[in-house]
Amino acid sequence: MKGYILRRLGYSVISLFLLSVTIFLFVRVTGDPAVLLVEPGASKDDLEMIRQQFGLDQPLPVQYGSFITSLLRGDFGQSFYYRTPVLELYLSRLPHSLLLAGAAMVFSLVVGIPTGIIAAVRVNRWWDSVGKIFALLGLSMPSFWVGLLMILFFSVYLGWLPSSGSGTLLHLVMPAIALGWVFAAAHMRLTRSSMLEVLGSEYVKLARLKGLPEALVISKHAFKNALIPVLTLAGINLVIMVNVAVVVETVFAWPGVGRLLYEGIAFRDFPVVQATVLLGGAMIVIVNLLVDILYAVIDPRIRY
Amino acid sequence: MSGPLLEVRNLSTHYVSARGTRVTRAVDDVTLTLEAGATLGIVGESGSGKTTLALSLLRVLPPAGRIVSGEISFEGEDLLRKSNAEMRRIRGKRIAMILQDPMASLNPLFTVGDQIAEPIRVHDGASRRSAWSRAQELLKAVRIAAPETRVREYPHQLSGGMRQRIVGAIAISCEPRLLIADEPTTSLDLTIQAQYLNLLRDLQRAHHLALIFITHNLGIVAKMCDQVAVMYGGRLVESGPVARIYNAPAHPYTRALLESIPRLGDSRTRLTAIDGQPPDPAALPGGCAFHPRCPKVMDRCRAEAPPEFSVANAHTSRCWLSG
Amino acid sequence: MNDSRSATLTLAWRLAAFRTEGFPVIPTAIIVTVALVAIFADALAPYNPELGTLGDRFRPPAWQAGGSEKYLLGTDHLGRDVLSRLIFGARVSMIVGFTAVIVAGFIGTVLGIISGYLGRWVDQVIMRLTDTWLALPALTFAIFLAAIVGPSVNNIIIILAAVYWTRYARVIRGEVLSVKERDFVRLAVVAGCSKWTIMRRHILPNVVNSAIVLGTLQLGVVIITEAALSFLGVGVPPPQPAWGLMLADGKKGLMAGYWWLTVLPGSCIMLMVLSANLLGDWLRVKFDPQLRQL
Repeated sequence: MKGYILRRLGYSVISLFLLSVTIFLFVRVTGDPAVLLVEPGASKDDLEMIRQQFGLDQPLPVQYGSFITSLLRGDFGQSFYYRTPVLELYLSRLPHSLLLAGAAMVFSLVVGIPTGIIAAVRVNRWWDSVGKIFALLGLSMPSFWVGLLMILFFSVYLGWLPSSGSGTLLHLVMPAIALGWVFAAAHMRLTRSSMLEVLGSEYVKLARLKGLPEALVISKHAFKNALIPVLTLAGINLVIMVNVAVVVETVFAWPGVGRLLYEGIAFRDFPVVQATVLLGGAMIVIVNLLVDILYAVIDPRIRY
Repeated sequence: MSGPLLEVRNLSTHYVSARGTRVTRAVDDVTLTLEAGATLGIVGESGSGKTTLALSLLRVLPPAGRIVSGEISFEGEDLLRKSNAEMRRIRGKRIAMILQDPMASLNPLFTVGDQIAEPIRVHDGASRRSAWSRAQELLKAVRIAAPETRVREYPHQLSGGMRQRIVGAIAISCEPRLLIADEPTTSLDLTIQAQYLNLLRDLQRAHHLALIFITHNLGIVAKMCDQVAVMYGGRLVESGPVARIYNAPAHPYTRALLESIPRLGDSRTRLTAIDGQPPDPAALPGGCAFHPRCPKVMDRCRAEAPPEFSVANAHTSRCWLSG
Repeated sequence: MNDSRSATLTLAWRLAAFRTEGFPVIPTAIIVTVALVAIFADALAPYNPELGTLGDRFRPPAWQAGGSEKYLLGTDHLGRDVLSRLIFGARVSMIVGFTAVIVAGFIGTVLGIISGYLGRWVDQVIMRLTDTWLALPALTFAIFLAAIVGPSVNNIIIILAAVYWTRYARVIRGEVLSVKERDFVRLAVVAGCSKWTIMRRHILPNVVNSAIVLGTLQLGVVIITEAALSFLGVGVPPPQPAWGLMLADGKKGLMAGYWWLTVLPGSCIMLMVLSANLLGDWLRVKFDPQLRQL
């Protein structure tokens, strides 16, 4: 198992490296990077100064060298708008995004898993059709539109929930549902197909032959096995949620890293944009690694 | 209790496709009898319906399968009249079944002990501790060394032979009267097969178990079984005592099967096989299902399916030649 | 569960999607209609979508109090006719969606075939690249690129193609790996065909099906991403009409209850994506039920 962990770790390091290279190259290679790296409304002299500062006339590998060293030092640049180091800004916003993503994940699992299980157990019958329709709708309705509709309905018409900001549990409800909606559909689909596969397996067959009650067969034998791929996906989706929450956070003015990204675009604050994308991608790579390791811990087949 | 342990009369099981368009007669008008403590071998090629027959007895058919006619009488009770809840109590407790692939039969996420103890707890209501110690006794009974440590292990930590024994331990855990074994040795190494068969026979004697052994291997049948039933195209083409049938098979198919086994000291230089392929169960030939491959085929065989004829005491054959 | 209820629902489901029975009529009809609307937008739209009458701001749709027949579906915050904007917005969505999907599909298929067939270092390079790009969620990556090059319709198409080709490459490569082993390919190798000929004449026709299915399924995703980008302001630039942009504008009137500015454009997006998904699902089952990984 140790070998497995080390290999996965190495793989993640390579991924992080490639990620940084990709981001770096895109910035340096498309258009004039100085324009991006300088504050909006700068003069020609400022552009020259930036070129000097970032060494934009030097060969690419050298530029990359300084780029990656500053990253490793924790220096992700300074926000033009907030005038604070970007990393600090990002880390201050991250807890809000994690809260939102966590709530959305809970919603998506609470809705997705039971629906998926029932759809599998009652395959091709009524509930399965309902599940399929739900899944299809989930994948066809953009999350931000769901958010807007909810605001229209629950804030404007009914006046039950606040339409923006954060602070109380009530503020969390709508953004979490809007964000978790798509993922609920995805989780439902995966739970259903995973469950169907498990229900057709030999050990479930044997469990029935042992004369175990159907409820026990499903809850004990089928459930745990079927859940493995779903939880794996959920773990990875959590970080993806943090990243794609940008639209939902914008709709609800939720102070997370997604909204930070939006501000970066709106105010042409490029260091913020670059850092958010880099850190977001890095989080995904790291979480993938953690999920794989966790997988090894849970599944006894890999452990021994 | 007098009378045979299991009596199957004119059992037919069909598979119906999703839109009701294709009907596969997987088991067609099968009749057989089994006494307590006896061993019956069911032989046939793949697609002959032997597994479906076993699944029908326990009524664990897939959704497309339907028992369309017949009777299954076990210990004097009609199994086809029982509710789902009653059948559930019979499965594992009074009739047990072993499947072919031991690795796939065991749930990878639970310990071996847990899986053996499970039916004991469900059927006999035993406490966790007593079920667990019973599991260790069972491991001993199936000749697994160091049962105290083994009982805590996971299926993937054990060898194939051991897993099959554990499946056997699960099967006898609640002291059933009948054990159905569906190709239990097919996925085992040859050297392990003999050991396993001996174990089965010893368990059978110790617990007065009736055994239905499903296989395509005639050698195993000769070794283990008192009676044999040969299936072809969903129908029972010959059945009777093993010694009789092996010495004087009445049905051309049985004869061909026996002749195709190579023997030491055989003067033939080529292996004999039966011409043609086993029939597709969804598209059986008319009349006698074997007629396209039968060396003794007559016109009548093409037109009419033969009924069961009694060749001798307890020996039947579905062939116009025996009529 | 009584049978009549389940029968009705299954019937409704069947009508809507004609699942596996026959051709999904309604979804295809929707897509074709939207395409036609997009092509004939100039003739169909009653007003210029980019010019508004400030005196007619925030008019509700004709059937609501305060609405008029002049503006069937109401007007937005600049007095622009919503119906006209929806019609022209269809054009933008279709152009962006279809072009991006086709370009991404083309690049992804070609690279997937090369990667799968040639193997070795070419394969490794391409695969590492797709791995990295797949690690970033499409939306984040697209936003990043849009921030660099600036918003315009052309840029959006290029960006979307650049983000989504990786999915094609992955899937097609997998297909190629199995097609490669088939006998007719081996025969061609033995017959002395050049690698490029084999890839073009033998491999390509066999993976084209998967590419088409994937393309149809991707269309929905691309449309949603474009809408999200426009909503955030890095997609189609104003004053051009795009459904996502209309949603952004619609937010301005949301708190006042001007529902049509949000519900109508969003419904268009949803219908398009739903239809694309249903069509893609049907194609997937039709071509090969084994293509589950799509």
